[in-house]
Parts: sequence; structure tokens; C-alpha cells
Amino acid sequence: MSKELIRLEGISKAYDGEVVLDNINLYINDSEFLTLLGPSGCGKTTTLQIIGGFVKPTAGSVLFDGVRINDVPPHKRQVNTVFQRYALFPHLDVYDNIAFGLRVSKVSEDEIARRVAEMLEVVGMRGFEERKVDNLSGGQQQRIAIARALVNRPKVLLLDEPLGALDLRLRKDMQVELKRIQQQLGITFVFVTHDQEEALTMSDTIVVMDKGVIQQIGRPEDIYNEPKNAFVADFIGESNILDGIMRADRAVEFFGRRFACVDEGFAKDEPVDVVIRPEDVDIVPADTGHLCGTVTGVTFKGVHYDIIVDFHGFKWLIQTTDYHPEGAYIGIRLNPEDIHIMKKSRYSGMFGDYSSYSAEYDEIGDAALAEELEEQEEEG
Amino acid sequence: MKRQFLSGPYILWMVLFTIIPLAIVVYYAFTDSITGAFTLKNLAAMGTYLPIFLRSIWLAVVSALICLVLGYPVAWCIAQAGPRAQRFLYMLVMLPMCISFLLRTLAWVSLLEDTGIINNLLGRLGIGPLRLVRNDGAVILGMVYNYLPYMIMPLYTVIMKIDHRLVEAAQDLGCGGSQVFLRVTLPLSVPGIISGVTMVFVPAVSTFYISQKLGGTTSTMIGDVIESQFKTAYNPNLGAALSLVLMILVLACIAVMNRFTGDDESVATI
Repeated sequence: MSKELIRLEGISKAYDGEVVLDNINLYINDSEFLTLLGPSGCGKTTTLQIIGGFVKPTAGSVLFDGVRINDVPPHKRQVNTVFQRYALFPHLDVYDNIAFGLRVSKVSEDEIARRVAEMLEVVGMRGFEERKVDNLSGGQQQRIAIARALVNRPKVLLLDEPLGALDLRLRKDMQVELKRIQQQLGITFVFVTHDQEEALTMSDTIVVMDKGVIQQIGRPEDIYNEPKNAFVADFIGESNILDGIMRADRAVEFFGRRFACVDEGFAKDEPVDVVIRPEDVDIVPADTGHLCGTVTGVTFKGVHYDIIVDFHGFKWLIQTTDYHPEGAYIGIRLNPEDIHIMKKSRYSGMFGDYSSYSAEYDEIGDAALAEELEEQEEEG
Repeated sequence: MKRQFLSGPYILWMVLFTIIPLAIVVYYAFTDSITGAFTLKNLAAMGTYLPIFLRSIWLAVVSALICLVLGYPVAWCIAQAGPRAQRFLYMLVMLPMCISFLLRTLAWVSLLEDTGIINNLLGRLGIGPLRLVRNDGAVILGMVYNYLPYMIMPLYTVIMKIDHRLVEAAQDLGCGGSQVFLRVTLPLSVPGIISGVTMVFVPAVSTFYISQKLGGTTSTMIGDVIESQFKTAYNPNLGAALSLVLMILVLACIAVMNRFTGDDESVATI
């Protein structure tokens, strides 16, 4: 499990002087499910293409099993790719698509027949051998693309936003399916996505990227509970991010009040970003709260309500299963473990304020985020 | 439903200038040139012209194949070039078509004839004069020269539209350069090959001017015979019968080719 398979050392990539990847250092273990997560244009797909051999890095080394493979062309790498929108061969039927790689490497037809059948079994597509790929649904094409890659028994499978074109239900099913296939075959998966939920569901390790730079590497729980900066905190799940000052170890001050927390190792009086997850906040009657504020917006989300609460002009998003009407004056309590402290970064002040909250935040996704970032970049 | 009106002018055009003339051709083919009575005599005479039919088809097939061999690499190279280079190269291919077809064919005559430019140059080197014109080779040369753009255009369009990710997918699955071409690019350009071959073969098989100017007395093509029936022999009924048979032969050839390449497509995958 812990044997290292791929290592990226100081990888940079620039197109016409525009830096797409900036000094990426990353290692990928054997049999690991690793996800490259970030908004569009963060460099995740370029990283994948560098591992696949379709893009040459401007600087740095790609090591496979300890051997430098920068100059090895794609067709000689022990890596197969599931492409965005699948790229199945339209002139071949399902069987021939899956058999493609085996025929290129001159495997005998008997063996091909056996392995294609086995692969169709794995992806649950038995009986589709003769079908034209154009006549398959998105989810079926997806499975064939996975089978076509896996039948070659690669050491590593690269997946470039493979679920992006599927509807929500199918996407959820395929997430579980992919994880099952990965565990069943014990192959290393490197998965690219912009969908944080997808990343949290499937990954052993998540690499959060933005603007060509790795922001954080860690297990899903660590990324979610201990985000390193405001970008990660905001990109993975919802976060309220406030300015605070570290008064001592395990004591942070914000809104003019000291709170106990569990973070240590900051300088005395260091300005920090304070992250509070919307689901961690306990709502109490106003007279017993640490902080009190007025509810200014309520949205029913099915399992819970999203409510926006105005504290001293700073609006928080809080998720609660109890209904609090608009205009209600409520109190909140924060336990020490609900407060997460981050060092100030270039992302400070850019995220985590719900003053301009819109109920559709889930749907807006990264297009809006990327635009917002660009605008701020230009202004700054 | 109202949109069907839009095809009105075209349908009218087709009826006036294709359907009716075709009916006239059929009428003439089955009537006697003097009495105007129904007869199968014209069609019965086809046997005499069989060698000319066969030679026409043969020369057209050879021309189409040479066009394919010459045109495919050109189309492929254009499709690989950058967007600006593509437009420029494509324009170069189209450029000869802006000059009159007759003029271009005559130009070849003055290049190739015994006292022509090429033989003059060769003469100075002490070679020749070579018999470069008035033979089947010159006819094929003329047809290839004139019809090559009709091969390159559909091939270029089809090759350019091949999704580059399919090429990447093939590389990913272990294909080197030539394997990518044989397993992906070539099979996917079959529609372009079919339409290119058709677009060269059909005009080539019925051509008459090229063979008159560049061909010898033995390389008469069926187009020449048809022309002479209308213009010099004053037997439009036989000319109509010849046209009708030619048309049927061309359609049969296209059908066979489509069938053949259609099968070939699935065979190529093994």
C-alpha cells in the first residue's frame, strides 16, 4: 500500500510564458486512489497529462518506479487514461474498443476474448460486445472507456473528469462503482475533478490545487477538518472565515471576544483566519449564546435549513435541522473543536463571507469561483 | 411544415433541369432517329462500344486511385498544420480551379507536345524528343491534374474533423505514429476516401475534352463518342442511349465501391 510509484519533482509548465503549473511536488503510492481537485484552470488536467506523457513539463522530473520518464512517449508508459468525454473509437464496436490496446500489443485473440469478457463483467456491461459505441448512453460509454483502459492492466489509471458529463444520480452510482473497481483490482487511480464531494467520497488522498500551485495534500478528513488556507476551506465544503488574533496557544479572539480553541504554535497576537463550518455551530437562546445575531435568510435544503445570521454586520452561514424564522434573534455557542485556525495567506479575506449569499451556491460551482478569483486578481 | 416551402425553388430547378431532361434522354434512347418510333436498336448497338466503355472506366479508376495516393498525404499534411497555414494551403489547392478547365488542359498540350516546352528542354540536354502526348498516360495525367482538388477537399474535411482525443487515446493504448494512422486515422477517413474517389471517378469517366486534346486516336473515351453523336454524327438517339448506359454504369460502380469500402471498414479492424 505504501510503496511509492510516481513522483513529480519540481514540475513547472508554461504555455507562451503563461505559467500553468508552478513547482509541483507530489508522490503517488501504489494502489492509492489520489484525486487532483481544484477549479477550472488550476492545472489539475495538465498535471494528469504530464503523468500520461501527452504534455512535456517545462521544468522538473517525472519519476515512475524511481526511473525518470520525462522523455518516454505516451504509448510506452505503463499508464492508461480514461478521457474526458471518453474518446471511444466511433468506427469500432464495444468489443473492438476494449480489445484495441491488447491488439496493439499483439496479445492472442483467445486471450483477448477472455480478458475483454472479464472486463465487461467488472464494469457490468456483459452482452454489449456487438453494440456500436454511438448507441450507448453516457454512463455506458463511461464504463466502456474504463474497461478499455483497465483491460491493459496498467499500473496506473488516469481519469480526467470522467463523471463530468453524467447526471447526478448516475454520477453517485459511478463514484461507488469506481471505488469498488479500484479496490477490486488494486490499481493506482489518479482522478481529476472539480467536484469536492466526488473527491471526498472516493479518495485516499486529495491534492487541492489552485492557480498551478498545490494548496494542500491530505486524507479527505484532514482536508475537510484542517484546511490550510481560506481557499481550501472554501473550496471543500462551506466555511465561515473570519479575521481573528491568536492571543495565546488555544485562545483566539474575534468579534472582540476570546474563544477557546485547540490550535497551538502561533506567535502571540498573530493575525489569523478563523474557520467555522456551518454545521458545527450550536444554536441556543439569545441569552445563553457566545454571540447573538439576527436571522436574515432561510433556505430549506431537504435534510437541513441554510440560515444566514448577521453578527455585527458579518453574515454567517449556519446549517441547522431546527427552523428559525427570518428576523429571529438567536444565540450561538462554539466548542473549542468547532474552531479551526489557519495562517494568513494570499487567499485571506477572499472567501467565507456570506453577505452576498445566494441559495444557489451549490450550482454556481467553480465557474463563478474562477471568475471571482480572476476579478480579484485583476483588482489586486 | 411551412419550411418545406424553402425547398420549393430547388425542387422546381430539379424538375426543370434534371428530371425532364432525363426523361427526354430516356425517350430519345428508345426511339428511332428517323421515324421516331419505339425501338431497342440504339441500346442493341451498345455492344460495339463496349471496349470504349471499359477503357473509360479503366482510365477513370486509375485516375481516381492516383488522385487518392497523391491527395491523401496532402490532405493529411494540411489538416496537421496550424489554422493560418491550413487556410493558406487549402487556398493553394483550390487556386488552379479558378483558371478555366479548357485553358489548363491546353497548357498541358503545349508543355507535352513534340515541340513543346518539356521536349525543348530535353532536346537541349540531348534527349528526346519523347512522345509525351497523344497517349493514355497523358489522358490520365490530365485527369489527375484537373480532378485532384476534388479528392483533396473531402479528404481534408474528414481528416480535420477527426477528434484529436481519439489520436491521444490510441497513443495511450500503446500505438506509435504509424499504428495510430492505420488503426484510427485511416479507418475514420474512409468516408472522405469514398466521396473523394466518387468525385474524381464520376467526372473522369464521362470526360471528353481531356481525351481529345491529350489522348491519341486509340484513347477515345465514351464522352467523346457521346459528344460526336450529338455534334457531328447527328444521331442524338444513339447519343442518348450511350448516356443512359453510362449513367447506369456509373451508378453501379458507385454502388459497388460503397459496398466494397463499407465491408472494408469492418475488415480493417481485424
